[in-house]
Order: sequence, then structure tokens, then C-alpha cells
Amino acid sequence: MSEPVRESMEFDVVIVGGGPAGLAAAIRLRQLSADTSVCLIEKGGEIGAHIVSGAVIEPRALAELLPDWQERGAPLNTPVTAEDMFYLTPTRGLRVPFLDRVMPHMANHGNYVVSLGEVCRWLAAQAEELGVEIYPGFAGAEVLIEDNRVVGVATGDMGVGRDGKPGANYQPGMELRGRYTLFAEGCRGSLTKQVMAHYDLRKGVDPQTYGLGIKEVWEIPAENHRPGLVQHSFGWPLDDKTYGGAWLYHFGENLVSYGFVVGLDYANTWLSPFEEMQRIKLHPVFRKHLEGGRRITYGARALSEGGLQSIPRLTFPGGALIGDSAGFLNVPKIKGTHTAMKSGMLAAEAVVDAIKADRVEPASFTQRVRKSWLWEELRASRNIRPAFARWGAKGGAVYAALDAMVLRGRAPWTLHFKHEDSDTLEPAAMCEKPFYPKPDGKLTFDRLSSVFLSATNHEEDQPIHLRLKNPSLWKTVNWNVFRAPEARYCPAGVYEVADEDTNPHLQINAQNCVHCKTCDIKDPTQNIDWTTPEGGGGPNYPVGM
Amino acid sequence: MGLLDSPALQVKDVMKILVPVKRVVDYNIKPRVKADGSGVETTGVKMSMNPFDEIAVEEAVRLREKGAATEVVAVSIGVQQAQDTLRTALAMGVDRAILVLSGESPEPLAVAKVLRKLVEKEEPGLVILGKQAIDDDMNATGQMLAGLLGWGQGTFASKVEVADGRVLVSREIDGGAEDVSLSLPAIITADLRLNEPRYASLPNIMKAKKKPLETLQAADLGVDMAPRLTIVSVAEPASRQAGEKLGSVAELVEKLRNEAKVI
Repeated sequence: MSEPVRESMEFDVVIVGGGPAGLAAAIRLRQLSADTSVCLIEKGGEIGAHIVSGAVIEPRALAELLPDWQERGAPLNTPVTAEDMFYLTPTRGLRVPFLDRVMPHMANHGNYVVSLGEVCRWLAAQAEELGVEIYPGFAGAEVLIEDNRVVGVATGDMGVGRDGKPGANYQPGMELRGRYTLFAEGCRGSLTKQVMAHYDLRKGVDPQTYGLGIKEVWEIPAENHRPGLVQHSFGWPLDDKTYGGAWLYHFGENLVSYGFVVGLDYANTWLSPFEEMQRIKLHPVFRKHLEGGRRITYGARALSEGGLQSIPRLTFPGGALIGDSAGFLNVPKIKGTHTAMKSGMLAAEAVVDAIKADRVEPASFTQRVRKSWLWEELRASRNIRPAFARWGAKGGAVYAALDAMVLRGRAPWTLHFKHEDSDTLEPAAMCEKPFYPKPDGKLTFDRLSSVFLSATNHEEDQPIHLRLKNPSLWKTVNWNVFRAPEARYCPAGVYEVADEDTNPHLQINAQNCVHCKTCDIKDPTQNIDWTTPEGGGGPNYPVGM
Repeated sequence: MGLLDSPALQVKDVMKILVPVKRVVDYNIKPRVKADGSGVETTGVKMSMNPFDEIAVEEAVRLREKGAATEVVAVSIGVQQAQDTLRTALAMGVDRAILVLSGESPEPLAVAKVLRKLVEKEEPGLVILGKQAIDDDMNATGQMLAGLLGWGQGTFASKVEVADGRVLVSREIDGGAEDVSLSLPAIITADLRLNEPRYASLPNIMKAKKKPLETLQAADLGVDMAPRLTIVSVAEPASRQAGEKLGSVAELVEKLRNEAKVI
């Protein structure tokens, strides 16, 4: 909806998204050039409101960005003190021996367990101190392209009714025009998607492959709390060809971060990531940590797992993609914060260069990435995730160990991803239904009580932000062939099948959406288009998430 | 519109409206009781303007836009971060703001006393407050301020009209509406249906950064902020028991008799 009346404002750089990548870019820009005006928008109601991550972070990029981060009081307060990796069978957890040699990328010495939302809030304060203008509560809804150059973004209109017409308190969006625009929307950004299509940025690279992470934060009795304990698992309850695993981290004041990631290239249409996540808590390896505690928040987010092979062209006339918008996550390491930040910093350097030389495209970003440790790191680990896709969990683990101990990341070959995650589902009739136990209300819960804890809210009277490009496809494909996989993969209960026995049709409860973007990725016909709802909508994750 | 549109309209040359706003846990957040039961967790939780105060701000700004007032001043009493709440008010159209630093969770009586001092200084014709704050649901500050100042009060307002040195307030009461006419200056507390507050638009948020915001210390106003109330304990409501589907009426009767013991 383009309104002629909307106001506009000019900046040197506009950044879309207030996560680690966008904030690091903003900080670096102002450090390098204090007279460069930087405006950052964030669709969450406040910085951190939409941040979900484990999170164990490596402070490498942070130390480069703000060498005095400790004196400045960065909220990295729980150093990793012990770590385990378990291969789970239904009843037992087999500890992987010599973890630091078999899976050196997993070694977490020197890393910290954090609330990434809290880290982002802190980074935002640092950025504001440097003069970055930060506006949470405003969603980038439209990419402005003029003469084939990105010239900024427009925020969404506010106060538009369900029927798409302006309501009583209608406020048109605003054009934020920038000489350069950095897209830092995280995985599967809705504007990034448009930019990638417009400039064909994915040409010649592997399809992106994704994971869905679902997380809970628990408060547990002090006597059970072991700050800095980090545990991961793979194996049960996933079958060998499904990639994924659970984590459990003790951090902060008696807090435990628990969660589960599943590769969205899974094949079984009956698989429910949410219910897998719930039932893993009942496994003896995890159960003992959570018993006697209370769940305080819940959230979910998709993440990019493609790594090096799936990274698109990074720049285009007028801007660049940074962080997980580009797909800089290091999957074998299960970390993306340091790479996201590093990419934001390198993009900032490229932009400052481009401003000086008055270049349309900050193209030196690509070279800077290729010469940095970020590239080296992604290059070394590039074959691990595709090995799991090709040879399953056990074969993948063996390959990963070989890769680490023998090849040391220097294999002369590169394994590729062949399929989009939307192509991997098998028809319902061919898949076996997993058994999911009923929630017990103590350790395991249902979707709705979970979404409630994410404090998700959307202004009710607004157009549905999850759009079906062709509504009739749902019945013929999603229902008839796959039996509505969206009702299972959506961790927030947005998609519901109504009148299942008589006249099955899809009901979209858009107000529940936690902005994880899984539907945009996994829908078998790519029929669901995730667009930004009114700014400020979505989850309101507290510090701790 | 009534008298407002008539040429005979008599508005004082200067008619200020004072709007106190409170920073509270955002209405979307499920409040969590602290592990030690001493209160509700507020650290790291999203905080926003009390929704009833947004309605008060909106009403004051509308009165100024209609010409019934010349200036709207927002005030917040509490911690430094309350200035974010004031910036929101400024972005909604308030002209300037005053932050009175007093520490965490000041009680209604202390707040009313601070407001009295500010009223003496600013001499507003109207003070419009939210009827209550959604954190402690006290519903007291407006009434206490009216008492301290000896002004008339129109509480639970669902409609406000200013004319001829008076203000007509429709009050929401049990079973209907009550209209009261108050001489100015007066106190109004806003109820839910008074208006639908506007969004703080991005251009207005940008402009609000440049509007004046004055910071005062409660102690400098000579108000004792020491709490008069003691919180004995804070607890979450007991969680609801899960329902159960029964097969027959006989089973229901049996359960009502022997389990619920209600028949």
C-alpha cells in the first residue's frame, strides 16, 4: 500500500533489524565515521523483543567491536564451565567422549551463556550512545527501489483495518531513505526475500536450508543450578535421517535455557517440532534439570543452516545483506551471533568506503568477508551439515569427526544441498505417525499455553499478515497430500484445520504468530507469504530469552 | 460539538492541561511474581505507558487541537527510564514533559502530593489522569489529588467537553452514565471508552526527541516519598484444574457428589 502522503527522512545508512548484525553494523559505522547518520528500525516492540537464541556466544566479534566490553558491563556473565554432548537412545544418554577432539567446533571454552535479547538491549544502548537513531516498534514493510538502486525502506502503515482500509487512528508509514540500506532481518527476512528476488542474489549458489529452533526458559531451584553447564544432544527422538537436537544451558540467576532445533529439510509430514521439543524434556538426561522448576518464557525462530554454499551475493546497488539475512550462521558450531556481528562490522567498513568513493554498491563487503576469519570458519565447517543431509545422523556424525580429526576442515571437495526445504516432505500416506504423549502441565505443555508465555500480541483489527498466494492450493496439496503439515510445524498454533471431518479448511490465527518464518520456508508449494504485520506486534520476549 | 464551536466561546488566554503518566509493565506481558514473593518481576520486562494514561494523553491533545487548551504538559514520577514514557507522550502530541525522580514504585498519596506541587507551579486548568494504573490497580491518585487541591473531580470519564470555564464530564457508573459539570480548574480521570489513543507515529517520535523534557527531584519539591504501605506478600493466582470429559450423567452425579462434594 503506497500512500502519497507519507513523510520521508534521509539518512546515510538505514538498517532494518535490531539484532546482533544490525546493531554491530550501526556501532561500527559510527565508530568509523561519526558524521554518518544511521537509522535502525526494529519490528519488535523494543530491542530484544523478537530475539531468540540458545545462546552460547563466542565473544570474538564483540571484542573486536568494543574491546572494553567487560568494563562497559556487557551482559556476558556466565562463562561456560562444563559441557557434554549426548547421543540419546529412548532411555539413555551416551556421552560423546573426547568432545574437544571429535567435535572441536563444539568446544566452548572461553564462551558465554547469555540471553541474546539482553545482549542486544545492551548493544542498542552502546549504539545510541554513539548517536545511532534506533526506532523499535516499526516494521520495514516495503523496499524502495529507484533506478534499480535500493534507496531505503518504508515502514508499514499503522491503523489499517482487517479489510485493508484505513481506520480511525490510521497513520501512514514513513519512508526512511538511505544512501545505503543494510538488511539485518535475521533468517528469511521478508524484505531480504524481495531484494534477493529483485537482484537475483541467489543465482549460482546452493538453496538455503533452514532449521527451526524452539526454546523455553526455566527458573529452577537454586540447589540444582550449575551456572555455565552446557549440554547438547542428538539422536532420539528423531529418526536417523532427520537433523536436529536439543540443548540445555544453565545461566544467570537460576535460569535454564532449554530448546530444540530440527532441520527443516525433514521428510515426515507428521513430525511436529513442537511436540518433539516437549517430549525430549521427559528424557532422563534433561528431565532432572527441569523438575521442580517453572517455565517462564517460550519462543521460536527459524535459522539458516546452509552455511558457505548457500550464501547469496551479498551486495546490490544501494546496500547489502548482513547476519542471518545472508545466512552467516555456523551450524556445526551452533553459533551465529559472532558471525552475524562480524558480517555487520565488515559491511559497515565497506559502506564507509563506498560513501567516501561515492560508489553505488558497497561491493568491497564481499572481499572483506572472504579475507576475514568469518569466511575461514565457515569454509572449514562447510561439509558437516550437508554430510548429515546426505548420510543421516550417525553417518553425518562420523563424517564430522573425520572432517575434524583427519581432514581438519580442509577437504578438497564441497558437499552441496540439492533441495529446497519446501520440497522434502513426503505424502502423508507414506509417513509414519510419531507418538506424542499428552502434555502433563508440569514439564510438558500444549501450544497455546506456550504462545501465551511469549507475550505475543498483534493489533487485532489489521489485515492478516500471512498471505496465501493461491488459497485453493491448500485443499488440493496441503490437505489432500500432506494432511496440513503447517498445523504441526507452526510452533505457535497459527494454522488450524477447521471442520476436519466434514469440510476441512484452513484457519489462520495470525495474532498468535511469533515471527519464526517457518511457514514461509516449509510450505510445500511456497504458497504462504510471511509479510510484516503492524510494527510492535509479535512476541514480547523478556530479558532472559 | 456543543458550545465549543460557538463564537461566544470563552477560553482563558492560557489553559494548560497537566497529564500524569505512569510507566508500567506492558499490558501484553504476563506478570511474573518474583521467586521470593516480594513483588512482580520488572527487571528486563517490557515497560510501557499505562493504557489509561494513554487515553488521558489523547484526550488532552484533542482538547488542545480543538482549541479548548493551549498547552499540554505530561509528568511522570519514578525512575529515570520513565523518560521513555514521557517521550511517547511527547510523540503523541504533548508539548513538553517533566520527569520527577523518586525511585521505584511511589505510592498514590506521595504521587498526589508531588502533583499538587506541580499544579501550584504550572497552574493548569485541568489535570487529566488515567483512572487507574494496570500494575497496582489502586484507582486513587486522581481522587487524592482532587482532595489535596480542593478541586472538583470527574472520575471514570467517558466523555469530556470544556466550555465557558466549566467542564462537562460523562462518568461511567454502574448501570449507566452520570453527567457532572465542574468548574475549572478540575480533575478528570479517564475510563476506557473515552477515546481510542492515536499511534505515536515515526515522524512524531523523531520530532519528540527535540521537545523539552525537564527533570526534577522529588526531594527538591519537599515531598516525603517514603512508603506508607507494607506489602505482606505477592502470589500468583492458583492455576485452574484441567477439565474432564465424562461419559454419562450418572458419572457426573457421582463426581459432583463424591469428588466436588457439591450435591
